[in-house]
Amino acid sequence: MSQDEHKHVVSYKTYTIILINLLILTAISVAVTEIELGPLTVFMAVFLASVKSALVLIYFMHLKFDNAMYKIMVGLVLVVFVIVMVITFLDYNFR
Amino acid sequence: MEPNYLEYKGKYKGIFAWIFSTDHKRIGLLYLYAVGAFFCVGALLGLLMKLELIAPDKTIMEAQVYNSVFTLHGITMIFLVVIPGLPAVFGNFLLPIMIGAKDVAFPKLNLLSWWVYVFGALLALSSQFMGSGPPDTGWTFYAPYSFQTQSNVLPAVMGAFVLGFSSILTGLNFIVTMHRMRAPGMGWFRMPLFPWTLYATAWIQLLATPIVGITLLMIVAERTLGIGFFDPAKGGDPILYQHLFWIYSHPAVYIMILPAMGAISEILPTFSKKPIFGYKALVFSSLAIALVGYFVWGHHMFTAGMSGTALYAFSFLTFLVAIPSAIKVFNWVSTLYKASIDMQTPFYWATSFIFVFMIGGFSGLVLGALATNVHVHDTAFVVAHFHFIVFGGVGYAFFGAIHYWFPKIWGRMYDVKWANFGWLTFFIGYLALYGPMFYLGLVGMPRRYFDYLPEYHGPNILSSLGAIVMIGGLAIIITNLIISSRRGETAKANPWGGSTLEWTVPSPPPLENFEEIPVVDKNPYEYK
Repeated sequence: MSQDEHKHVVSYKTYTIILINLLILTAISVAVTEIELGPLTVFMAVFLASVKSALVLIYFMHLKFDNAMYKIMVGLVLVVFVIVMVITFLDYNFR
Repeated sequence: MEPNYLEYKGKYKGIFAWIFSTDHKRIGLLYLYAVGAFFCVGALLGLLMKLELIAPDKTIMEAQVYNSVFTLHGITMIFLVVIPGLPAVFGNFLLPIMIGAKDVAFPKLNLLSWWVYVFGALLALSSQFMGSGPPDTGWTFYAPYSFQTQSNVLPAVMGAFVLGFSSILTGLNFIVTMHRMRAPGMGWFRMPLFPWTLYATAWIQLLATPIVGITLLMIVAERTLGIGFFDPAKGGDPILYQHLFWIYSHPAVYIMILPAMGAISEILPTFSKKPIFGYKALVFSSLAIALVGYFVWGHHMFTAGMSGTALYAFSFLTFLVAIPSAIKVFNWVSTLYKASIDMQTPFYWATSFIFVFMIGGFSGLVLGALATNVHVHDTAFVVAHFHFIVFGGVGYAFFGAIHYWFPKIWGRMYDVKWANFGWLTFFIGYLALYGPMFYLGLVGMPRRYFDYLPEYHGPNILSSLGAIVMIGGLAIIITNLIISSRRGETAKANPWGGSTLEWTVPSPPPLENFEEIPVVDKNPYEYK
């Protein structure tokens, strides 16, 4: 990793915006349980949680400012995660 | 020349010089002693089970005690022995030396991993001695047993949860070590195969272990707060527990077996005096096993009530994982072809590993096929299968590894005659113990019962006698190793003619392994 990447500092403003977004998404994921979505209920919960995780990874954990190697590693992990989810739902959606 | 790691005098004295040491070699031995002690406990529990099964009806214990004994046997062997087994013991001791480094990337974190392991182990074992009786759920803590039983499940579950952190920290340490600390000239494809399998394993430890962590916490929440994740009466789903548990615990099988395969891949070329056949195929098959191994967990649940679509998908994926495993076996056997074979104790362990691993693998296909699975699920066949894979795989590789690296670790040589006699006794006992269980399963004897119908008596006698012989073999092996580690002949730096970096340093290695970090200018398995 180069020295430049070490020096990158994210502004408080960005962090605050992300924090507010995370709180809004949390409120949405609670509010959405009032709506009867049928089989999409779990999908919605997973989707909202994924967006929140992505924000944390990209900004709070600095993935956006890291070198490509780390992005590839995290990307591959996400691919594994998605496949695990898809296979799990081969059970739940066809039971 | 600095003193070897066994004689080095640091800040602390006596036992503190070990339990507070950040030297990867001492930590490896700390794991070895802990894992070895737990293995002896687990093996004795297994022997007690086989003695109970030597005749129908009650022989030496009641049904409830038997339930607790097989639960403790499973928890001890899986969480305390085979998961940390090869990576924590031989990985810690050898990984830095094999890649030409002075230590792992985070030595203090490494010591913390051992402490966390010990704390988790004590917590898990405390479940035996306090509260309302030892847990009786089996090592899988299946719902609804685990939240309905009156036995003392919580400490065992929390113990497994804590042990997970040790595994994650070790995995993280190894990944960083391999990315950052390989010696100059050691490109990825010049790295020996044991580190490669540790690399694949470390990714599983890092990614899959948190899933079982959260699953075990869900059991705690279920028992203490009655939330209803897995309780159908509250809208929960017991099969969800099985999914979550096996999403970790199937990849965990590869945490156990991949380093075992790595150790075999080190032993075979050394005693064949020939470069390993298909180095890159072995590397990619390790990565493929680690990857595909994430997607096959459902084959533990074929009769649990999953959808038909999921059943087909899991069966197909299970068959896929056999391909990289077979690639490994073909490459090992091809390595032996036209080789100058040196028949030494580690070689016996390695070749008998291939034999029992093949039986375990093929019987796995019987279980991976949907139709035959229905017939043999939850029978003694399953118990035979996973003992052939887990004990036959990890156990044989572990003993092979300890006989292979023994001169390096202790700087002494063991008594070869006793070592070979121990291996032979163990091998005969092992086959007599687990072989009949395939037959018993096929004719319908269920697992996890302390009693059985009279027609199953004959094979059970053979199996129980096999257990006694096998334990006798174990006693010979362990006694020989303990005595030899103190009084054995002094070993040379490279007694087997190995070609990887650990054989270039003195036996036992100096504190920081290398006086000067070596420059690697050749492939790992080149023999003159």
